Amino acid sequence: MSVSFVRREMIAPQPAPSNNTGPIAWARRSLFATPGDALLSVLAIILLIWAIPPIYNFVMPTFFGGHAVAPGGTVEDCRALGAGACWAYISARMSFFIYGFYPPAEYWRPNLVFLFGALLIAPLLIPRAPFKRINAILFFVAYPVVCFFLLNGGVFGMRAVPTEQWGGLLVTLVISMVGIICSIPLGILLALGRQSKLPIIKTLCVMFIELWRAVPLITVLFMASIMLPLFMPQGTSVDKLLRALVGVTLFSSAYLAEVVRGGLQALPRGQYEAASSLGLSYWKSMGLIILPQAIKHVIPGIVNSFIALFKDTSLVSIVGIFDLLNTVQAASSDIDWSSPTQAITGYLFAGIVFWIFCFAMSRYSIFMERRLDTGHKR
Amino acid sequence: MAVQDNLAGPPRTAFYNDPVIRGILYQVLVGAAVVAFFTWIILNTAANLAAQNKSTGFDFLFQTSGFGISFSLIPFDRSSYYWEAFLVGLLNTLLVAAIGIVFASMLGFAIGVARLSSNWLIARFATVYIEIIRNVPLLLQLFFWYFAVLKAMPAVRESFELPLGIFVNQRGIVVPRPMPDAEITWVVVAAAVALVGAIALVRWATSIRARTGHYPQGVAIGSRIAGLVVTFVLGYLAFTLLGSVIPALGNVPYLPLLGGLGLAGLSLTAYGFYGRAFIGFAIAWAVVRFLLGGMFGSLPELLIVAISLALALVYGWTMLSVERRPTAGDNKFPLALPLLIIVAVPALVYWATDASLAFEIPLLERFNFRGGMQLVPEMVALVIGLTIYTAAFIAENVRSGIQAVSKGQTEAAASLGLREGDRLRLVVIPQAMRVIIPPLTSQYLNLTKNSSLGAAIGYPELVNVFMGTTLNQTGKAIEVIAITMAVYLTLSLSTSAFMNWYNARVALVER
Repeated sequence: MSVSFVRREMIAPQPAPSNNTGPIAWARRSLFATPGDALLSVLAIILLIWAIPPIYNFVMPTFFGGHAVAPGGTVEDCRALGAGACWAYISARMSFFIYGFYPPAEYWRPNLVFLFGALLIAPLLIPRAPFKRINAILFFVAYPVVCFFLLNGGVFGMRAVPTEQWGGLLVTLVISMVGIICSIPLGILLALGRQSKLPIIKTLCVMFIELWRAVPLITVLFMASIMLPLFMPQGTSVDKLLRALVGVTLFSSAYLAEVVRGGLQALPRGQYEAASSLGLSYWKSMGLIILPQAIKHVIPGIVNSFIALFKDTSLVSIVGIFDLLNTVQAASSDIDWSSPTQAITGYLFAGIVFWIFCFAMSRYSIFMERRLDTGHKR
Repeated sequence: MAVQDNLAGPPRTAFYNDPVIRGILYQVLVGAAVVAFFTWIILNTAANLAAQNKSTGFDFLFQTSGFGISFSLIPFDRSSYYWEAFLVGLLNTLLVAAIGIVFASMLGFAIGVARLSSNWLIARFATVYIEIIRNVPLLLQLFFWYFAVLKAMPAVRESFELPLGIFVNQRGIVVPRPMPDAEITWVVVAAAVALVGAIALVRWATSIRARTGHYPQGVAIGSRIAGLVVTFVLGYLAFTLLGSVIPALGNVPYLPLLGGLGLAGLSLTAYGFYGRAFIGFAIAWAVVRFLLGGMFGSLPELLIVAISLALALVYGWTMLSVERRPTAGDNKFPLALPLLIIVAVPALVYWATDASLAFEIPLLERFNFRGGMQLVPEMVALVIGLTIYTAAFIAENVRSGIQAVSKGQTEAAASLGLREGDRLRLVVIPQAMRVIIPPLTSQYLNLTKNSSLGAAIGYPELVNVFMGTTLNQTGKAIEVIAITMAVYLTLSLSTSAFMNWYNARVALVER
């Protein structure tokens, strides 16, 4: 049998049909696939055309073609008709937003706290950085103590600064840091207690967790600020900031406990049994076998509860603590800078600050989730 | 045997290493510590209260309150009792929570579905919305809506006037007050009956179809007739809207009537899809023209008409190409019939009983509006803030619920020959709901708890009225805080009881 024709060379690959590639095809596929899609896309485009220019003009200073008043502008510029956001006001009151009523001569102390925090937390978050154990001990144990003495003063010849003068972003960060650092061990203990076989311990933990999870944070803060002084022996005065810290910590440790419990329950029983069969004691089996796996499972959940905690710190403004939101709110009645856009600029600024922190945390949790994914997921 | 000897014999370890004894010991220690702690607290509190000459007890609930509340569902004034103030706060909390839950569910489901949309732009919109809203504190958002938006509205004299007699000003939103007469009751009853009847009809027809493969004869014919009526109504609407866009057409007498009849007639022939595409085109033109006119008022009229015409033509053309595809007419779900029943029956009763639903349109007088219903800005801001904030979380729950249904399910449904809509309705959504409902319930609970932030903008809800004013006036800190916490605890525990019941009901029965 003879073969009359056999192709000896490969045909050069053809480009994809022109109606399947390029921007037009992309638009047809992902914008105008069906009539409903087409209508929605067109409406969305119209909405963008309508909304983007005014927003741009409001936010961007004149240098970029907008109507906002850049830092360094005057209040008269902000009061002009059609002026956008008054960034000059934000930059003028920036130190109030960051330090609150902290004495300006002592700004180096909060600055030092910020610097130490950044230096300690960066290597802790980078997975490849060495000395994790020392770093963690420094951050979770030494750093809070150093911060307390630096901020509060009264030792080594530093002027004492009572907590009533702390404020702004400083207080927001202090509350969220203390909340995070204290609620981790407390939350883990509560989660272990809830999983415990000992009935009294289990009941106590369940009651504690469910009570705090059931009530809004604002009632917890009210309770902490009104009832805590009643609970203490006569004559003891509890610092206002400390009351809020106690409330926030109790509240967030209950939420964290539930997250950790999710991780504990996700572990197969075999892990517990293997740990016992090695003859490890309860605390050793928890610390060496169970918790490392359980916490790895729930890192996204833990970070989510930190994000919630960070956002919730804004509630302390209701019990009269000058956190970032409260300083912005207080400054918005500043007559020197009163202009039609004063309040909205303040909220925009606070919103951007909160957003940057929360968004960074959520991106970091996604990054860790990918990194710790050992491929055991079904 | 040796093993049994080992078990029965004396323990080889010291008694303090026995896990059972250790467990009891630990529990006794912890229990004693907790009891001691609480005793210490109670003794301290009693000493503190005695030093401040304060009494305890709940008798303050039956004293007159002496303060007013700006917004209340039940009659309340200075001579009312504290327990009535408590009730007002509780009702206000529940009111805001109920309204917020309804709106947040609608917005959240829409955004959750939009986030998974194959439409790139819509999916991007949803993502940006979720990422912005979730990462900004709710309190800040409430301040924004209340102080920066609603309080910045014009004074009463320069109120914004929206369509349908709604006015927006510094003091909130004034809407027309519905003034139903006695006969309206019958219309409401008829609407309820029609709704129940339509649902029953659909269930019955579906069960017949599941058995025989066809919808019952009567339903099929009824659906045809209902389809004709709906086409006529839509055609009438389309021609009326066309008349509003092109003034020349608006002057032609009986045009909507004739056009509607013509389209209904056309829908009987094989060329019905032209009619449907035309209706789509006409409605799209009018809607887009109206929107554009409202958004870009500075552009010339002719340009707006031309742009909207071009968009509507594109839309009508795409719709035509979709509608042209043949459909299995016999097996189409008879949507038109229940729709017609739900709309037409109450309308007929409304007409037959000569009922009237008048609206009291608010009227601007010298200092304020007369008539209408005044929605206080605190409540509006709280509802807007809670809705927008919670919707972002609900959207994420909805998205993860839909994604939890494996692709194989969709493919299996497609291989059975189900159409897009049926695939979603019969296969994907029932499975997704199993995943969505538990986190959704806890979002509803969160919304209810977050409504306590209304205290920060002065909305008289439970925390504001009771933990704020009442506590300040009576000084009964322990009682007031205990009652408030008990309310939230009850809400929360009953919600989780519901969730356990639901989970048990829908849990997968596994091998």
